[in-house]
Amino acid sequence: MKSFRLGSWINERFPLLSTWKKHASEYYVPKNFNFFYFFGSLALVILLNQLITGLWLTMFYTPNANEAFNSIEYIMRDVNYGWLLRYMHSTGASAFFIVIYLHMFRGLLYGSYQKPRELVWLLGMFFFFLLIAESFFGYLLPWGQMSYWGAQVITSLFGAIPYIGDSLVFWIRGDFHVANATLQRFFAFHVIGIPLLMVVVVFLHIVALHKAGSNNPEGIDIKNHLDDKGNPVDGIPFHPYYTIKDLVGVIVFLIGFFAVVFFNPEMGGYFLESANFSPANPLTTPEHIAPVWYLTPFYTMLRAIPDKLSGVLVMGSSLFILLFMPWLDKSPVRSMRYKGRYSKYALMLFVISFLVLGYLGTINVTPFTQMLARVFTFIYFAYFLFMPLYSRYEPYKQVPARIK
Amino acid sequence: MKIILVAVDKPSSEALIPAGRRILNYQQTIIYIIILFCYLSVVKAGPQLLSVDIDLNDTEKLQRGARIFMNYCSGCHSLKYMRYNRMARDLGLTTFTGEVDSSLLKSNLIFTSANIIDPIENSMPHTDAREWFGRVPPDLSLSAREHGPDWIYTYLKSFYVDKKRPFGANNLLVPDVAMPNVLAPLQGVVILEKDKNGFAHSSSEFVIVDTGEMSEQQFDSTIIDLVTFLTYVAEPNKTVRKSIGVLIILYLFIFLIVAYQLKKLYWKDVN
Amino acid sequence: MGSKNNNIDPLPQNDGLDSVDEKRRRFLLTTSGILGGVGALCALTPFVSSLLPSASALASGAPIEVDLSKLMPGQQATVEWRGKPVWIIRRTQDMLKHLDDDRELLRDPDSLVTQQPSYAQNKFRSINPEYLVLVGICTHLGCSPKYKPTINELGPDWPGGFYCPCHGSTFDLAGRVFKDVPAPINLEVPPYRFLNDHTIVIGEEEKQ
Repeated sequence: MKSFRLGSWINERFPLLSTWKKHASEYYVPKNFNFFYFFGSLALVILLNQLITGLWLTMFYTPNANEAFNSIEYIMRDVNYGWLLRYMHSTGASAFFIVIYLHMFRGLLYGSYQKPRELVWLLGMFFFFLLIAESFFGYLLPWGQMSYWGAQVITSLFGAIPYIGDSLVFWIRGDFHVANATLQRFFAFHVIGIPLLMVVVVFLHIVALHKAGSNNPEGIDIKNHLDDKGNPVDGIPFHPYYTIKDLVGVIVFLIGFFAVVFFNPEMGGYFLESANFSPANPLTTPEHIAPVWYLTPFYTMLRAIPDKLSGVLVMGSSLFILLFMPWLDKSPVRSMRYKGRYSKYALMLFVISFLVLGYLGTINVTPFTQMLARVFTFIYFAYFLFMPLYSRYEPYKQVPARIK
Repeated sequence: MKIILVAVDKPSSEALIPAGRRILNYQQTIIYIIILFCYLSVVKAGPQLLSVDIDLNDTEKLQRGARIFMNYCSGCHSLKYMRYNRMARDLGLTTFTGEVDSSLLKSNLIFTSANIIDPIENSMPHTDAREWFGRVPPDLSLSAREHGPDWIYTYLKSFYVDKKRPFGANNLLVPDVAMPNVLAPLQGVVILEKDKNGFAHSSSEFVIVDTGEMSEQQFDSTIIDLVTFLTYVAEPNKTVRKSIGVLIILYLFIFLIVAYQLKKLYWKDVN
Repeated sequence: MGSKNNNIDPLPQNDGLDSVDEKRRRFLLTTSGILGGVGALCALTPFVSSLLPSASALASGAPIEVDLSKLMPGQQATVEWRGKPVWIIRRTQDMLKHLDDDRELLRDPDSLVTQQPSYAQNKFRSINPEYLVLVGICTHLGCSPKYKPTINELGPDWPGGFYCPCHGSTFDLAGRVFKDVPAPINLEVPPYRFLNDHTIVIGEEEKQ
């Protein structure tokens, strides 16, 4: 009785029940979501994880160059369960990228960026750029050797910009080299600046998605066939079907996630790099500077171009070009299931090039690997640049009207 | 361009790709990628290292390693992220009531005026250290995470006599290293059979010319104790983390079974 | 093949077959709920526990040893323990003789309020009458009083003791609070023990 009264008190003053209905219990979603459709909700779970563990870590971390490294060890040893908070946060960062890459891949696979969902795609891409920035800022915070030198290298990239380059780098760093000033501002961005933006962007991303409704692996528009109540015949309400299905997905994810956290948080040096267990030393560069694994594809492209400015531009373009997907894809069908084989091969080649470029970023440069890097950088861009051609002119299959 | 268009316009694509079949089985692809990734992460570049098995549950090994460290290493190297009482508790240096045995610690393992709650610091003045060695001996708390136990094990077994060096010793893994061969009294006099030639590390190149206090076997086991101890110091929570992990994964599997049953029940009506 | 009803009611109420489903649904929902609840509680553990004092906080709050060999009779030594000032006063024989002269002026002359360990619940409020150990924080609002041992220093009837400059509270040479002052109770005696004749450990009690 009491909860019913409280419920109606709230509902008279706040659209709680109507929002729940509109976006969950009466929000119709295609019934044929497959494996690739788990990653949106997983991304939300990881975001929550990063926010909460991050908040807690901020209670014990000291954002000052003299104490940062020590405070991490203080967290790992002296704070009760500090090690667990740290590993959840570091594993979460890598997990975030795995999930986001797979989430984006789903978009490429099923044409989720096509009209009317271009804005969903753009907002998602903006979130991806924020995620890259967030991980970059966060990586400096432990103030280890890799933190320091990685930041030195990446901030120096801005020096490639003509005329203003050097002053820009000076301004970004706040000192002659990456120093305490840099650490403190990166801390501010990492802890509040970007997370706040991320939360807003995720919200907008979901709002835009709900306006258009979800796509599906067939690329069929379920809103074309409504029943007499006005609901899509090939749709089911998000709650309870996808809430329960996503719960299963989350549990499977957590098994993998915690297996890493508890049994192999370093992941062979890919999630927690060994060079970073040594405090930052401006006088000695580690033998092998590489960004964290999830940024290696872009790093390889940067290294493949012999000219500094051109390398920066190519690397930037490789990210920027993703924004244009909705307008590069001229295919009349959305899903790869019905596109022609050129699109299929192109996507396959794109994925292979992304993985190869990623791997090349973790090993040392040789003339052979440089050649490979250039070839695969070309393939990466070819996927986008030739898409207006092959997607328009290839034969495609007829998309059925209803989901089977 | 035109030729391509003509070739592409054939309507036979329907027959080539039967409805519903995908060229790639995406789940398989992802699994292959994960396997490739794991393989690549294991294959490491760099000098060949001797491998050592670390058992962090062997408290006797850890105690012996602690003793070796305090006696031979702590004069120059600190373990500033490890407190004496934490180490004592984890190594089982406790009284019958479970408290840290401070008198045992103080008489055997603490050589400075530190309290048992203090971190394991050392008192070598930095300016003197730079004069004597060219650099301050690094803190070793995280050395096992930075280099790995295999590296430390190989390093400690790679010292040999070299009259050209200021302290009379050199190291095959770290050529012209500033550190003297502190464990020489235990190991004996070791010479390098042939010239230094880069990264070759088979121990047959070393010859023990004069025996030290320990036999080769004893020395090897002593080094393993020390490396085990350093691995512990680098991450004292490792054993706790693994035991909690088992419980968490078990719980999640149980939850998974229940949740999946619930999902199947709800989804029965949806084909 | 195609679904006939679009409003998919997860479990339409038809016949007896479905009541089995209904029972199963209830069972699975309840079990999931319990498992989820247990998981959520356990998940709270690291977050709550991490806020408890860390090993370094506990270390810095550890007992401290104080060497009393240089302390002259009538002198006060101050040390820091857990962020608080702790006084050790070496009382003279004269001070000890006159401790009970002004009993009627004290609010709690017999230390009935538990502001001291049991071994300090005596006339001297200490283990060894010669050494008085007190936490130097006024029991009114937390300022640190001044040591005023000289007789008549603060007025014609001043027997010697402590005076708090913030609001005028006064305590005698056993740390007992006088009447008619803002402070309500006697100064706190911390746990301590004698390691030997001239060394005390503050923060540790005599092992039983």
